[in-house]
Amino acid sequence: MKKSLTRRNMLKTSTAAIGAVAGAGLLKGFPAIHAADAPVIRYLGTAVNMGDAVQKKLFDDTGIKVKFIVKTTDEVVKTIFTQPNSFDIVDSEYFSMPKLVPSGNLLGMDTKRIKEWDNVTSAFTKGEVAGKKIGDQGTAPKKVMYLKGSQSKEFASEPTQYVTLIPTVYNADTLGIRPDLIKRPISTWAELLNPEFKGKASILNIPSIGIMDAAMVVEAMGEYKYPDKGNMTKEEIDLTMKIFTEAKKAGQFRAFWSDFNESVNLMASGEVVIQSMWSPAITAVRTKGIPCVYQPLKEGYRAWAAGFGLPSTTKGRQADICYEFINWYLSGWVGAYLNRQGYYSAVIPTAKKYMEAYEWDYWMMGKPATADIMSPEGKKLASKGEIRDGGSYEARMGGVACWNATMDENKYMVRKWNEMIAS
Amino acid sequence: MMKFWKIKPSVGLLSIPYSFVFIFFFFIPLVLTLIISFWDYNEYSIIPDFILENYIYIFKDCFNFEKNMCVTFKTYISTFIFCFATWFFTLIIGFFVAYFLAFYVNSITWQIVLFLLCTIPFWTSNVIRMISWIPLLGRNGLVNDFLLYIGLTDTPQEWLLYSGFSIVLAFVHLYTLFMIVPIFNSMMRIDKSIIEAAYDNGANGLQILWNVIIPLCKPGIVIGSIFVITVVMGDFITIGIMGGQQVPSIGKIIYVEMSYLQLPAAAANAVILLALTLLIIWIMTKMIDIRKEL
Repeated sequence: MKKSLTRRNMLKTSTAAIGAVAGAGLLKGFPAIHAADAPVIRYLGTAVNMGDAVQKKLFDDTGIKVKFIVKTTDEVVKTIFTQPNSFDIVDSEYFSMPKLVPSGNLLGMDTKRIKEWDNVTSAFTKGEVAGKKIGDQGTAPKKVMYLKGSQSKEFASEPTQYVTLIPTVYNADTLGIRPDLIKRPISTWAELLNPEFKGKASILNIPSIGIMDAAMVVEAMGEYKYPDKGNMTKEEIDLTMKIFTEAKKAGQFRAFWSDFNESVNLMASGEVVIQSMWSPAITAVRTKGIPCVYQPLKEGYRAWAAGFGLPSTTKGRQADICYEFINWYLSGWVGAYLNRQGYYSAVIPTAKKYMEAYEWDYWMMGKPATADIMSPEGKKLASKGEIRDGGSYEARMGGVACWNATMDENKYMVRKWNEMIAS
Repeated sequence: MMKFWKIKPSVGLLSIPYSFVFIFFFFIPLVLTLIISFWDYNEYSIIPDFILENYIYIFKDCFNFEKNMCVTFKTYISTFIFCFATWFFTLIIGFFVAYFLAFYVNSITWQIVLFLLCTIPFWTSNVIRMISWIPLLGRNGLVNDFLLYIGLTDTPQEWLLYSGFSIVLAFVHLYTLFMIVPIFNSMMRIDKSIIEAAYDNGANGLQILWNVIIPLCKPGIVIGSIFVITVVMGDFITIGIMGGQQVPSIGKIIYVEMSYLQLPAAAANAVILLALTLLIIWIMTKMIDIRKEL
């Protein structure tokens, strides 16, 4: 008997097919890029430096839309491990690479497809600023930049065609202070544990970054000189945590913070006068009209760097669109946008083209402002005559002492950090 | 078989969707958590194994009483103290708010309006609340300004914020509603004629409260207590924010371990937390048989 294709049968089969497709989609995560529609990129990252203006400009220039998946630094890493197909492009930090690369979830990025690759700053590619070597303790980008091949799970010691992340943004971090409440010059990391600021200090409660700030303080106090702050031994971790535990028990810290907004509130309200801080948090406090300085310190800065990576399954048109996005990102407009927030763009010459000369002089050259300096949102950041904290690009990036790091003893470090918080 | 299905089988089918949800989204994940708590792990993956290391680490040095108390005990003790304080205050406040709503407010409309007022703390997000406590309790906050103004102190009081006090305050402010609702529910079921009978037999207000109302409210009190205690035991956001991230909580330890992909260690901590919480609930249900009272 021949089955005729009745309406009922037809409905059954098509429903089953739709069900199967939807089911498969749910399991794998819907592919974001469809051949015919306007391309949409699922962008995984902290997105602290991305505003609506970037999305709009991107769409106007390239017709690409971005859907942000906003997570904290640690959660971004977790997502790459556990849901590597839930995003099209990831904005991650270099210090996560020693953890991420062995998993094979990220693609080796082809530098031949990046138009401005030769213009990427030497701080990334060689670990140099203006021809001089900068501090490379910790997970410096140059150590985890190159891969042996596009699907490789191993780092290459010499430059190759394939890289872990295409660099986008980086900065030199230091302590933030309230000059109006401290009323004296601050010049060393050791001041964080100075009893003078008892109950008015804070440090961030993100172990992998907090430990680096802690190490800068311990070294500045003259307690210990680390062979490599970014890769401590168990004994060194114990020593660092012992010093901070004692300070915590003595009531040195008003609070710890783990969220960007918390650091802004602590500083703006005057609960804290000296603390670990990130550049945009300083900007946020200042735009409220409250004095806040990103204080350069004699021991140098703790640097970090971020870039774009793709999941290892990326290919074909999806890869084309992601590379197009990255090339657009490095073509200058975003670079200028990042520079105006106090970060640095990975490709400096293109960013310069999009900045006014007076802006360039203030942000990059360390010269006094010849006009009021505005944030990308149009709020006033500095008045005419002011100089950027820490001065020029060369002075700030040249003064880098160490980088955010993943240590060999990471597991032990996280446990010890938890013990400090609990003490 | 028929005894087991006291109700018609077709009615029994109604429980299938919920059982399904319960099994797939609660029971199976829970079993997985238990299994993974015995696995090994490294930086980027978890390794199937059967090791006790995750549990041993939690109680490392805990039974060596010559040294300082271990982190695990310290954390649990501080969590128990917050639990007890929060339970105590939410119970006292919640009971009297429910009492007022049930016996002194006679119109349903007003009961609804006043109930809505109790939910105000839930109208704002965590972030907003976190920000708003600073201008109230902070060093330059309203409370300190007032204390300085009336001359009660001459230096700002630091214990108002980022302390045990502020943690309990935030918990009570949030979770009193969890006490009010079940206690109010119990009170509304009390037959008014029982109270009248007690009154007619010469009991005074306090005696009625103690001998009639409180015993009849026990199921509500126990249900409310279960809500409050389970929420506080697992909380890390409120303790984190109000304690200035300086006060430990089991939830925070689990959260940090998870964000560093130390999933087996987090699972082991979660299993212990769950066991302790269940133990507390078990003890409470031993004190009163909720099923019978309902």
